[in-house]
Amino acid sequence: MKKSIVSLKEVSFQYDDQERYALNNVTFDIFEGEWLAIVGHNGSGKSTMAKLLNGLQFPKSGEITVCGLPLNEETIWDIRKQLGMVFQNPDNQFVGTTVQDDVAFGLENMGVPRIEMVHRVEDALKKVKMDQFLYQEPHHLSGGQKQRVAIAGVLALRPAIIILDEATSMLDPRGREEVLATVRDLKAEKQLTVISITHDLDEAAKADRIIVMNKGEVYREGTPEEIFSLDEELIELGLDIPFSVKMTKAFRQMGLTFTKNYLSEEELVTELWTSRLNL
Amino acid sequence: MDISLKSVEYRYQANTPFERLAISDVSIDIPSGTYLALIGHTGSGKSTVLQHLNALLQPTEGTVLIGSQEIKAHQKNKNLKAVRQKVGIVFQFPEHQLFEETVEKDIIFGPMNFGVSESEAKRRARVALKQVGLGEEILEKSPFDLSGGQMRRVAIAGVLAMGPDVIVLDEPTAGLDPRGRKEIMDMFYSLHKERGLSTILVTHSMEDAARYADQIVIMQQGRVAKKGTPEEIFSETAELIQMGLDVPEVVRFQLKLEEKLGSKLDKIYLSIEELSAAVSERLKRGVRS
Repeated sequence: MKKSIVSLKEVSFQYDDQERYALNNVTFDIFEGEWLAIVGHNGSGKSTMAKLLNGLQFPKSGEITVCGLPLNEETIWDIRKQLGMVFQNPDNQFVGTTVQDDVAFGLENMGVPRIEMVHRVEDALKKVKMDQFLYQEPHHLSGGQKQRVAIAGVLALRPAIIILDEATSMLDPRGREEVLATVRDLKAEKQLTVISITHDLDEAAKADRIIVMNKGEVYREGTPEEIFSLDEELIELGLDIPFSVKMTKAFRQMGLTFTKNYLSEEELVTELWTSRLNL
Repeated sequence: MDISLKSVEYRYQANTPFERLAISDVSIDIPSGTYLALIGHTGSGKSTVLQHLNALLQPTEGTVLIGSQEIKAHQKNKNLKAVRQKVGIVFQFPEHQLFEETVEKDIIFGPMNFGVSESEAKRRARVALKQVGLGEEILEKSPFDLSGGQMRRVAIAGVLAMGPDVIVLDEPTAGLDPRGRKEIMDMFYSLHKERGLSTILVTHSMEDAARYADQIVIMQQGRVAKKGTPEEIFSETAELIQMGLDVPEVVRFQLKLEEKLGSKLDKIYLSIEELSAAVSERLKRGVRS
């Protein structure tokens, strides 16, 4: 039985200066140890959701539960210890003057004793493979390295859940892969729950489950295979479909037949290879 | 307007202990009407090259030719204002540069700065807004009340309103969703065609380089590592991969398939449609032979 670690019940939210609800009656669960991708076009409400999950904003109505605690102004500090967030812009979330100071910042805030702190900082930086950079200043780092330091800052707090709020969208392809590989390793090793809010459909294809947001509502929820079979519907929502699905479609138009949509290029290549043998 | 870089070198903070060589021996020709993609890793010198294209930087060696204007190392260069009017740069996250009270004031700031009359600037603002796909009703709004995508379009309209002959785009779609990305890229492409602009696109996206560019220049460690048409560049993928660069998805797929099938197709295909046609053809022929 999958255990719910975050649950949203009929959550609605509206920004003060706007008529439209940014989130409208949203209900879903996030399960322990899963990688959940939340996708949606700009303005679909996915970033608002991230802000609600970590108490930067509170719902106008409805209820959010995180690790068994109802999220409100009294529980928010306990909940933030459980739920770490990595934001979009690598330059806006560096607070320390060196890599190790930056990672220590959150621990200092929590009043962790110094000896423990030194240990946790080193440990977290090792995990993201940035332990060679303890005394580096942030402007000497690449975008991908900065995001890995941000992840270390979150890890040092030992959360159960990590939220990536478009954390790779400002990185170059190499930086993006560095960050995702780091999170994948961590998830495997520490049984973290990962919530990734993203535009990157190829990244979402690798998630355990996808939620598609549209106009502040949950439009669809399912496995990558289920979601990407929506096909043109996703494009109408301002999203895209992964490359291997596009390629499969093009082959179908050329008269080749396939039993399913392939979510990885390897699968499709293998299928084409087998079909050649069977022709 | 032709642009040409001849053996350009640039050192940041030259003759100080902090001196750093950013680019050296860079020669690139950009004839009028070219769509050029400039590719390379973060730190490869792309941004330094970009800043030479409208004389924001003066080379420490070599010459930059922008139209008839020559910008040389070791001499004082005049009339840079005319150059900057003709070469518009859309920087990364251009919406961060919006500052005026209303959209209209923001768009007319650039042209008026170059001596265009207020009424002409306002006329241009309306044309530019239409070009970026926004309606006139937002002219009186504060740019800060707009959505992120709209803000970016307003910022781009500000560059277009200056009436440039050359437009330089530094990662213009960073942070946008897939539809927004496609809309912006298609918009620049149709402007490029309709207005006969030269377009220089600085990008990490090999897909965009393959789809839109006539010419690709690859920068590595401050030097031009490779130049050519998309077909030429992406036919030699081993080199790209060695440089740690991506290849377009469709090319990557073709390579994987060729490896699995143990034979090569006749050439590298840069679009899904062409590749699927070529592969199906090959598979069907395979049966007969």
